[in-house]
Amino acid sequence: MSGKKKTGAIVLSQRMIAPDIYDMWLKTELAAKAAAGQFVGVYPGDKSHLLPRPISICEVDRQRSALRLVYRIAGAGTGEFASWQPGQETALLGVLGNGFPVKENAHRKAVLLGGGIGIPPMLELAKELKEQGAEVTIVIGYRDDKLFLKEDLEQYGRVFVATEDGSVGVKGNVLDVLAKEDICPEVMMACGPMPMLRAIKRYAQEKEITAYISLEERMACGVGACLGCVCKTTHKDHHSHVNNARICTDGPVFDAREVDI
Amino acid sequence: MNTKVTIAGVEFKNPVMTASGTFGSGMEYSDFVDLNELGGVVTKGVANIPWEGNPVPRVAETYGGMLNAIGLQNPGIDVFMERDIPFLKQYDTKIVVNVCGKSVEDYLEVVEKLGDTAVDMLEINVSCPNVKEGAIAFGQKAECLYDITSRIKAKAKQPVIMKLSPNVTDITEMAKAAEAAGADGISLINTLTGMKIDIHKRTFALANKTGGLSGPAIKPVAVRMVYQAAHAVKIPVIGMGGIATAEDAVEFLLAGASAVAVGAMNFVNPYTTVEVVRGIEDYMKKYGVEDVNQLIGSVK
Repeated sequence: MSGKKKTGAIVLSQRMIAPDIYDMWLKTELAAKAAAGQFVGVYPGDKSHLLPRPISICEVDRQRSALRLVYRIAGAGTGEFASWQPGQETALLGVLGNGFPVKENAHRKAVLLGGGIGIPPMLELAKELKEQGAEVTIVIGYRDDKLFLKEDLEQYGRVFVATEDGSVGVKGNVLDVLAKEDICPEVMMACGPMPMLRAIKRYAQEKEITAYISLEERMACGVGACLGCVCKTTHKDHHSHVNNARICTDGPVFDAREVDI
Repeated sequence: MNTKVTIAGVEFKNPVMTASGTFGSGMEYSDFVDLNELGGVVTKGVANIPWEGNPVPRVAETYGGMLNAIGLQNPGIDVFMERDIPFLKQYDTKIVVNVCGKSVEDYLEVVEKLGDTAVDMLEINVSCPNVKEGAIAFGQKAECLYDITSRIKAKAKQPVIMKLSPNVTDITEMAKAAEAAGADGISLINTLTGMKIDIHKRTFALANKTGGLSGPAIKPVAVRMVYQAAHAVKIPVIGMGGIATAEDAVEFLLAGASAVAVGAMNFVNPYTTVEVVRGIEDYMKKYGVEDVNQLIGSVK
């Protein structure tokens, strides 16, 4: 038994932290087992929208038995979530996915890279790596000066910012920061848009280091049954033996060498 | 109170199964439900060789339902026999294997390999709308359906259920063709072909452009077709299409289904199957129904 369940949750707080980006804490028993890089399915209350929305875990507070989700309004489901006030009851499916390999990499110089709405999972990851005694560098990329989670991340490591328009930090992307600041990762852990993850895969290949990347895809069940959210793999997957891993269960975090993106 | 139903000589402890493709071979959902509580597990479609399926995106949500175009990704019969059948044998539930293929020979190879296994029943997928060859091509013309059904029946050692497509002009014609060819039963409905367009990106929501619509949105169509099919043939009908609750399941039984299957709602609420099992018992108690068989086809 993996301990996955569908269970109730209560909104503890909610606030907008950037345009269309919301920061919500939920009280839920799932906090007991949640780890960096995993995600939960959040259910819209409107029953015309049936499927749970996969949302990455931004932070875990085991003492309060709470999960922090930082998400972007992408459609009607997440639009409804943004309207929830403290006390709102909802349901979660979780905890889903594999998460980042924290303990195995605690002795390496880890560089975390987050782009846009891929930044939130970097917070719990930075926290867990620091708890393990790792030296953490965090590079985060935004479109413009509407930054979020930067101060939160600064608690756990050195933070560098890239913006597409150059309004804050380095003008360009997260890899431009590595070059400009002369940062030499021993291991990379990343979440963000596909072009960024592809560039990180290439960078890691050239430097002969390991990069763990968190992928995203449209999914239905979230538990590995529907085979909706697959990604191409370099080796035969263990489920269907056809080079298609299930992002929801075999991932969302993959060694970049193992996926064909 | 009796909840057992018998279909083609196979006794199910209750009339609740899983719809093919929505439950894998039960492994993923065994985290959530006790498979021993289910009448049967109907597996994801399996072919003679591994199929890699369609490009992503493969799923899209729609109002009260969803579209999928998985394309029958599966590991092929050899891995399935080594891994999935032994897994299901651990449980006290009936094993119904859904079989797919690109040619009649593909189907026959799988059916023959399953002949000496502990599988209780075969469900033949002649209704998947998401693969270019095979599947639905066999299920949309009565003469093709008759041909494949009779050839499978000649080789199969287990009872054969033909899973029918709703994407036809007259479901009764297809039901009668399956019956005439010797099918032991029919199951319906598979998904309805649909399409969704992302107006912001101006592209199709699914890489396959079209997909199969499932979920509560299709239930009235499914109930109507089950009713029509059940009145057209004497062989048993397994009903499915948007079942979310025991009330939905009872509707299908009253319309003429001898058993039901829970499909897309497994993705929404992983406990749906067992909730339907218990809910049917509650319904029977509430209305003093001694035997679930009394419900089947009782609304004429």
